[in-house]
Amino acid sequence: MCLAIPGRIVELVAEQNNEVGVVEVAGVRRKVQLGLLADDMPVTGDWVLIHVGFAMSKISEFDAAEQMRLLSMLGEVDQAMEEVRGYGQADTARESGVHEPPHRLN
Amino acid sequence: MQYVDEFRDPELIMKASEEIRRLADPSRHYRIMEVCGGHTHAIYRFGLKDILPENIELIHGPGCPVCVLPMGRIDDGLVIARQPDTIFAAFGDMMRVPGAHGSPLEHKARGADVRIVYSPADALEMARKNPDKQVMFFAIGFETTAPSTALTLMSAMKQDIRNFSVFCNHVTIVPAIRAILDSPDMRLDGFIGPGHVSTVIGCRPYEWIAKAEGKPVVTSGFEPLDLLQSIVMLLKQLESGEAKVENQYKRVVPWEGNHAALKVMAEVFELRPYFEWRGLGFISQSALRIRDKYAVWDAERRYTVPETRVTDPKSAQCGEVLKGVLKPAQCKLFGKECTPEHPIGALMVSSEGSCAAYYNYEYRKALVTSISAVA
Amino acid sequence: MNEKALNSGTPAALRFKDTQIEMAHGAGGKASRRLVEGLFAPLLLDAPADRLTDAAHFEVGGANIAFTTDSFVVHPLRFPGGSIGELAVNGTVNDLAVSGARARTMVVTFILEEGLSTATLEAEVRAMSTALQRAGVIMVGGDTKVVERGKADGMYITTAGIGSPIPGVHIDAQTVRPGDKVLLSGPIGDHGITILLARNELDLEADLCSDTRSVLPLIEAIAAETASAIRWMRDPTRGGVATSLNELARDCGLAVELNEEEIPMRDAVRGACELLGLDPLHIANEGQFLAVVSPEYADIALNALQQTEGGEEARIIGQIREQPANAVVVNTRYGGTRIVDMLVGDPLPRIC
Repeated sequence: MCLAIPGRIVELVAEQNNEVGVVEVAGVRRKVQLGLLADDMPVTGDWVLIHVGFAMSKISEFDAAEQMRLLSMLGEVDQAMEEVRGYGQADTARESGVHEPPHRLN
Repeated sequence: MQYVDEFRDPELIMKASEEIRRLADPSRHYRIMEVCGGHTHAIYRFGLKDILPENIELIHGPGCPVCVLPMGRIDDGLVIARQPDTIFAAFGDMMRVPGAHGSPLEHKARGADVRIVYSPADALEMARKNPDKQVMFFAIGFETTAPSTALTLMSAMKQDIRNFSVFCNHVTIVPAIRAILDSPDMRLDGFIGPGHVSTVIGCRPYEWIAKAEGKPVVTSGFEPLDLLQSIVMLLKQLESGEAKVENQYKRVVPWEGNHAALKVMAEVFELRPYFEWRGLGFISQSALRIRDKYAVWDAERRYTVPETRVTDPKSAQCGEVLKGVLKPAQCKLFGKECTPEHPIGALMVSSEGSCAAYYNYEYRKALVTSISAVA
Repeated sequence: MNEKALNSGTPAALRFKDTQIEMAHGAGGKASRRLVEGLFAPLLLDAPADRLTDAAHFEVGGANIAFTTDSFVVHPLRFPGGSIGELAVNGTVNDLAVSGARARTMVVTFILEEGLSTATLEAEVRAMSTALQRAGVIMVGGDTKVVERGKADGMYITTAGIGSPIPGVHIDAQTVRPGDKVLLSGPIGDHGITILLARNELDLEADLCSDTRSVLPLIEAIAAETASAIRWMRDPTRGGVATSLNELARDCGLAVELNEEEIPMRDAVRGACELLGLDPLHIANEGQFLAVVSPEYADIALNALQQTEGGEEARIIGQIREQPANAVVVNTRYGGTRIVDMLVGDPLPRIC
């Protein structure tokens, strides 16, 4: 379920105690209810996830960037392991009962 | 579009798909369920099945709130729609869902005032602007949508808008997952966990799946890179024999959920002792109803609702497709009596119903023996 | 004797089984097609249902003419970028243009709602007059009826138009071959999204306007270079590009393969579609056309479009293939594919 789209808060509507804002998605603007973010009210410029006209969550720029970093690294650690294997070192390690560490990037 | 386009980057998608091929054990056949209908839709829309290896099978789960709504509830709602001076407001998703006496759009054709709204807040606004009418909002959705309905009811009380009511069909996701796992026909290796429901309930509610059932769960976003990365994460857990809950959709899903949203839900709703799910039968503690405090705005109390029970035609296999036991094309009625033009069940109408997704995005492709990708 | 004559006759033979008419029947998608093919065509038309085109070409007294009709029931009457009057003129000109004809004359009927303000009516008539002049079309007659308050949404307009065939252009879905290229004149979705937003029910705002215009100059630009290479054309109005191309796929029994990243679209259309869960391929356009051109001349045709005012954003968006027959397939940017079907009725916003 749940079509939810990232949008940027471009305005806070003063009348209703700032629990309403205007969000912009690729140039399309829509009023959005901010009440579900009462614990951490967004300000103009924040990015939020919008579902049925309500902001559900703030989008973390940090986490988004971190995710992109991980994605661009996909396969690189493992590729390095492949190269090492090619030199026969990992095989030796396995024969002597040494476990390879799990390939955890996240 | 920011926070969207970067997660559709073709090069990174190729990279992720190569990593999946590298990780997938060729001697294994992986059965991974994506619980959420939105994920089903995304998988088809982005053609993701084409870039996954053959031995990864994606099974569509029951996370489509339109699909699991028993026909009788639609009929009950439409009884209210037929009252004089009443506006039946609902999301576009509901408009073509067949009731025993026709869909909401068909009722509109017969003179009922049926209107599409994008937000429950818009339905409340409609009530404010039409004081001589009664506006009934037919609410559907899992925990993603319930808080918005809850806030809207709180606004209705605050502003004392009396010509507004909600017919509440909100359901909760965990009982549905439990029903899948309890089903004897189901063998699954792991779950692509709901993304947007988790913005509200967080990731903790899935921990029992990993701990008690030993299946990995990765809460996933909806862009192609989100889904592919989630599959990478699942494969890695399966490879190392782990089973835990991981959050791939960190940029939006807080592990502990949204406290404010959970609070408004608790303020306005309580759990029904049981609720009938289409295809899954009666499940206890699986659906929400409006608390006494907000009874004035509860359509089920304001109107006399017949509590219609309608069973699906025997030949329709909505239940099995919903549970992932059957693929859409395996239902006897698929593509023949049941098509998007004349749907028998909600899975063929809802944009994220497996049958509709399969029909609209894939069906005729499958009828061809070979498609070459190069012109 | 054609197949249609064998099938029609008594009402019991009609394939149209719906018991009442719904909005879906006017939306341009599958339900519309069912109504036309199952009720109107067998009883009224001389051509078999799969040869229905935007305009009919025939001979009258030794002259080859093209003839079309169209109706306009848009609400609201005025919207950013245009109004019902302009749609009426441009729509008629375009129906003729994509059938390979130059519009010459039109007639118009007005069904007016009691209580409609004269100022509103005058504005529409002026808009039509301007559009006629721009298109080089003469209005030669009309009719008016007034209906009671509550009917006609203000105003309904119906037109009929006559045109002369553009020399060298012969449109026929049966001449489409695998390998032919699919051209699109410009960005999709502007009109449909503008109307959706103008109705104010969804409370969205955007800097968008309808793309209503005559596409005749663009078609003439292609025809001037390579008329005989044009196999088929259509203006993707209600039901969008997906519907028009599905009709083509069905009519020629081949597959239409589109490359998603080639399809031009404005950001605001994209944003609105993402927000509402709509597929831009299903959204109406009033100032664009699709053309299928033989591969040797596709680049020439594209160039001719791009060099003509208003055609700068034209693209080759896909090609015709053998399989999957009767279907439209979209290649995503990264090796995935999906089928795009015709909608049943109007595109509905979704939240799931």
